[in-house]
Amino acid sequence: MALKTKSHDLGMHTERLRGRTQQRFFNPSEDENFVYHDSFTVDFNKRAEFDAGPLEAQAINLKIRELMSQGYGSINIKNPGAKHGLGVGILNRLNLTFEGSLGYFGCGLIDGPNVRITGRVGWSCAENMMAGTLVIENNAGSTFGAAMRGGDLVCKGDVGARVGIDQKGGTILIGGRAGAFCGFMMQRGRMVILGDAGKNLGDSMYDGTIYVGGKIDGLGVDAVPGEMNDLDVAWLERKLKLYGLETPRGVKNMTKIVAGKQLWNYDNLEPSEKKLVL
Amino acid sequence: MCGIAGLIHRGGKTADVGREMTAMLQSLKHRGPDSTGFALYGKPDKNKLVLRFKVAEQEDIAKGFKIHHEIKERRAEVNRRIEQLGGKIEDEKEATEYAFRYVVSYDGDRRALADFVEDVEGAEFLSIGHGLELIKDLGDANRVSTQYGLPGFIGTHGIGHTRMATESDVDIRSAHPYWAYPFADVSVVHNGQLTNYWNGRRALERRGHRFMSNCDSELIAVYLADKMEEGAELQDAMKESIRELDGVFTYLVATADRLGMAKDEMAAKPMVLYESDDFIGLASEEVAIRSVFPHEIHTFDPYEGEVRVWKA
Repeated sequence: MALKTKSHDLGMHTERLRGRTQQRFFNPSEDENFVYHDSFTVDFNKRAEFDAGPLEAQAINLKIRELMSQGYGSINIKNPGAKHGLGVGILNRLNLTFEGSLGYFGCGLIDGPNVRITGRVGWSCAENMMAGTLVIENNAGSTFGAAMRGGDLVCKGDVGARVGIDQKGGTILIGGRAGAFCGFMMQRGRMVILGDAGKNLGDSMYDGTIYVGGKIDGLGVDAVPGEMNDLDVAWLERKLKLYGLETPRGVKNMTKIVAGKQLWNYDNLEPSEKKLVL
Repeated sequence: MCGIAGLIHRGGKTADVGREMTAMLQSLKHRGPDSTGFALYGKPDKNKLVLRFKVAEQEDIAKGFKIHHEIKERRAEVNRRIEQLGGKIEDEKEATEYAFRYVVSYDGDRRALADFVEDVEGAEFLSIGHGLELIKDLGDANRVSTQYGLPGFIGTHGIGHTRMATESDVDIRSAHPYWAYPFADVSVVHNGQLTNYWNGRRALERRGHRFMSNCDSELIAVYLADKMEEGAELQDAMKESIRELDGVFTYLVATADRLGMAKDEMAAKPMVLYESDDFIGLASEEVAIRSVFPHEIHTFDPYEGEVRVWKA
């Protein structure tokens, strides 16, 4: 019971989360969905490296797949050249490094790999990410982590607008500033913005928690300040330390934003009517 | 979808902006294969005007033999009208059978020149400027660039557009960039949709401005021209546009010595920016900037409601 209270305090819930790694974590006895059709068993000590410079995006993804099928568990890719759709749909454990930048839709639909990108990512990075870690050393474009379901998504620089739109789980960590409409229709999970946040933060969010270290341009409909408690502080300190991030004013002085639960917690009013009331 | 790109060499430096813009726009081909346009800025000559105009559409050529004769007649009439207004044609080149580049000595009213010449059937100025040369046609960047001989164009800056036609036709008239009639050397490219286009257009038409297409992007060019005609600085006019233009948009504007970008309040359309002491590069996707700088560079997304202007 205490555990349930803790998870609720932290914006998490007791529902079973989708995704292989998530499911294993929350319910180890659950065998369902444990085997993906396109997943591979790999050895982290088996290493490979290739130059993506002369290759098209599809060829790069096929090369990753080929290496995984041969059991390579640590893959280093040079010169990705900001190409679109790289590293998508990886459904098994893997240490993957891109030495450079990715274009749009990088690392979408991943479930399990640990990915490091030394450059920048374009729009919609880690869309529908289900599990694993993804660390970007530079900046990221808009719709970062859209519809994300699990895992840790980290950008150490600045990020564009609509971060975590429709976020359904997992953690998004941003070392710098984020644009407008972050957390729009967020449903679950946690988002941490260490710099400033743009306007309409958390607009129409159902649930989940947003922490902001800097200034907030404005809150969206039904996003309200929450009270920081010891669990929040402990979790933030642990998580920031894990990825080498710091907030200038200290974790205790961060602002916590949660759902007011007036808009989507249904009563007799239609959402449009509720908006008018709010 | 559409793709836009722009670059500027700072500190008065020049480069082969024709080749650079071609590479950037070709890498954005997947965002819009219908037409491609360039606004390139060479070294301005204050005593001469460069006129880029067409007297027919590319598709007209396929419609019969009569058009070839008509093009000759229309061009002769354009020449006659330029001279009638006191202009002296110093140089004339055929970029294609239907599109021309003239260098003209003319110190009269540019609006009068534009209005008088555009009265000729099929005639439309793509640009009038001291340094600006605006080229647009159907096809991808490589095709248009080769057709109009753009590689080797030495200049300070440029903007360009690859178009996926949505709300208007696939023709040169609806292709970007748009020249900000009647201002010399002002051009605009845009990615997005304006939802108050007709209201804005009607208001500007009542103030005496002319629209040559039904493309919403033309509104931005004419809007900025109107503001600057009233004495506004470029950056102020752009800031005002964020408030007054409704919809989702990111646009680039260039003048004789400046390059600017503006993004709407929703930040719904992409833009990636690379900024160094020598060079500014902007594009809908980073791959376009990488076509000029293949090595690792530091790029970022401008934010909602942001307006920036750089000087050559």
